[in-house]
Amino acid sequence: MEQFAPVKRSKDGQPVRYLIVDDSVFARKNLARMVESFGGHLAGEAGDGLTAITEYDRTHPDIVLMDITMPQMEGIEAAERIVQAHPDARIVMVSSVGYQENIVAALQRGARHFVQKPVKPEVLYEVIKYVLGEDGSVTNAAGAGA
Amino acid sequence: MKMELIQPFINSADAVLAQGLQCSTAIGSLSMEEEAYRRKGVAAMVWVTGDIEGRIIIDLDPETAVRVAGKMAGAELPESDLLVKETACELANQIIGNAITALNDQGFHFRVHPPVMHTSEEGIKSSEDTEALVMCFETPVGSVFMNIALRYNRKRHADSAAAGHA
Repeated sequence: MEQFAPVKRSKDGQPVRYLIVDDSVFARKNLARMVESFGGHLAGEAGDGLTAITEYDRTHPDIVLMDITMPQMEGIEAAERIVQAHPDARIVMVSSVGYQENIVAALQRGARHFVQKPVKPEVLYEVIKYVLGEDGSVTNAAGAGA
Repeated sequence: MKMELIQPFINSADAVLAQGLQCSTAIGSLSMEEEAYRRKGVAAMVWVTGDIEGRIIIDLDPETAVRVAGKMAGAELPESDLLVKETACELANQIIGNAITALNDQGFHFRVHPPVMHTSEEGIKSSEDTEALVMCFETPVGSVFMNIALRYNRKRHADSAAAGHA
């Protein structure tokens, strides 16, 4: 998999911590590989929206990558509940169902961005940098800020 | 079943397979079936409800699923039943999700249900108004079958039309 210039947390230079939520183990593993290629660290995984909420409370990740269509509780509702409890939560919806209503609903309920599957690593990388804003910094291989 | 319903699924399957496998695909065969669908390998099924109702099945043999998974992950993966099933489900999820997105942009509204494995040896019977279209996508790593049985939800369609003219 292509390697990207690592994106670190600005405040302490540590790897960005991700919570990946998808009912497909295969999709979670693929996303985990991608965020590791961005220099990130997998803080937790969940296979449905309800588990995502408890995993968020447990791990306090920097970014959540959240599928929409899932059993038990769908991703948009889970995102809304997480943001209600943690207004600073950065949630990026990652779904194959990318029609406008879904995107608008997700953004209105607290998600920061939307990425359509199949995920292109270079697209997700740019979205993560955008969502982190000043709280993230791109470093070169030696770890210096860029 | 009208072509306007089918074409987005063909386009989506072609795009998802081409991107995931980094290759071009070709439609190898195409047929309409009214008999019960018998799966050819590992089959993931997704139901849609709303203005259009029905189900779509993505079906591939286990060896092809492992090769597809490896291509999509960018790494060789050890074969397992879980990997094979997950690959079928994720392919179904992506193909159907992208097709539904295109149909939604045309004004159709749906709910997409999570993929479930179709494990029956008996097959799923189509009905008069949900005859199934079966097509085979030939890829360098093997064949991927897609079975589509969809119909307009006449009541929802009529309600929408009435609301639109009110």
